[in-house]
Amino acid sequence: TTPLKYKADSQNSSLILTDEAKVISHNNFYEFGAKKEQPAQLSQSFKVNPWQLKVTGECENPITLDYDDLFSMFAIEERIYRLRCVEAWSMVIPWLGFPLAKLIAKAKPTSKAKYVAFETLYDPEQMPGQTNRRLGGGISYPYKEGLRLDEASNPLTLMSVGLYGKTLPPQNGAPIRLVVPWKYGFKSIKSIVGIRFVEHQPATTWNDLAPQEYGFYANVNPNHDHPRWSQASERRITGAGLFAAKRIDTLPFNGYGEQVADMYQKMNLSQFY
Amino acid sequence: MTIVKLSKAAPSNKLSSSAKVTGLKVIIHILALLPVVQIYYLAFTAQISGDVVQRLIHFTGIGAFNLLLITLAVTPVAKRFKQGYLMQVKRLLGLYSFFYGLLHVLNFMLFDLQLDLALFFAEVVKRPYITIGMLAFIALTALAVTSISRIKRRMGKRWQALHNVIYLIAILVAVHFYWSVKSELTSPIFYFAITLILLSFRYKKLNALISSVFARKSAP
Repeated sequence: TTPLKYKADSQNSSLILTDEAKVISHNNFYEFGAKKEQPAQLSQSFKVNPWQLKVTGECENPITLDYDDLFSMFAIEERIYRLRCVEAWSMVIPWLGFPLAKLIAKAKPTSKAKYVAFETLYDPEQMPGQTNRRLGGGISYPYKEGLRLDEASNPLTLMSVGLYGKTLPPQNGAPIRLVVPWKYGFKSIKSIVGIRFVEHQPATTWNDLAPQEYGFYANVNPNHDHPRWSQASERRITGAGLFAAKRIDTLPFNGYGEQVADMYQKMNLSQFY
Repeated sequence: MTIVKLSKAAPSNKLSSSAKVTGLKVIIHILALLPVVQIYYLAFTAQISGDVVQRLIHFTGIGAFNLLLITLAVTPVAKRFKQGYLMQVKRLLGLYSFFYGLLHVLNFMLFDLQLDLALFFAEVVKRPYITIGMLAFIALTALAVTSISRIKRRMGKRWQALHNVIYLIAILVAVHFYWSVKSELTSPIFYFAITLILLSFRYKKLNALISSVFARKSAP
């Protein structure tokens, strides 16, 4: 990882951050192993340069971003966000990146574009979990995610290229990943190579695997439990010790309701979980 | 499997049974306690990467299951290899399975839910896989308590009847493990298979037990 120049997030500087060491050693990135410590151990030789991120589909101006473009096409800003995992733990992470809205504006989606589909790199030689079932947790690859176009265009939705002042380590989704802070962490797809504007709701990895456990929307919702555990509270992890975590109440939309609740006004959130 | 190797490696004919039992017990104490001491030391000194709480819960859960299966393997192994003295370490192995199970529950309660008892009881009731795990743990606790020699003697015939519950516990634990997994079912299926194989050695006994239960139910 190398240092990045960015505009600091002054609004959220009072949040207590999760230790950097924890952020880069406790990861769900099944491409490098389904155990939390495996991605950091098995991803260190992952090559991120050269990289190509292709923006395609229902848009007037398809774009291909090369590695350097990821850092230079838009101004890099810091966003300190809470990250709430569907497994009921959470962290506070100082991300670096640019709003996805800026990229969308540049690509000019057509009136047919209703959803945005994302795809992770498929490269089993570098990502051993993609072919080894035991390592990869038995999900299908490449990993896919999706958002509605209005969700993707929300000012909070971030394309992240770094954290803690530096480029992303491989285990956190280098060189570029999504961060959608009001949704469960699995929506924030890592190591993205494809962004596609589509007309219909795209298939997404965890929803395909267990639709009754993981919805397409996956908005953080303390009132809608996962079938196997409560979502009413979460373990906020700040450091590495056994006592460096505190059980706190989970907030609707992970506390970002003011900025995002409007988008779901007409929806039954228990049905569209 | 350890047991078979140990009994073969020991100079079996020269040692008395009681010496073999003592030696085996010392080895069991060491093998069961060392990993626990090590992982809690690493956990308390913040030396575990990844999710330390999840690690502790999984480690003690799988440990309890492993020890339960080893306990269940003792009788068939002792019979097959005519090593009767092995039966004398069954209680110790069973108690260590209970000990790991206790740590498993405590980890969930203390470190995951952080002593939110209302949430603990709500989760036990609401989540079928936790309900099943908890039933298994309560039953295992009953077996652990009644393994005290004085209680065992006082219980007479009822003791064996109660301790036959171990077969049901094994199945509950296998279901609990299978149900708790998010994806990738290889390990839970493997464990389920081992459980069924160990139970198959008791085919006759289980058959008799089941038919006696039904016979009692259908009696007027």
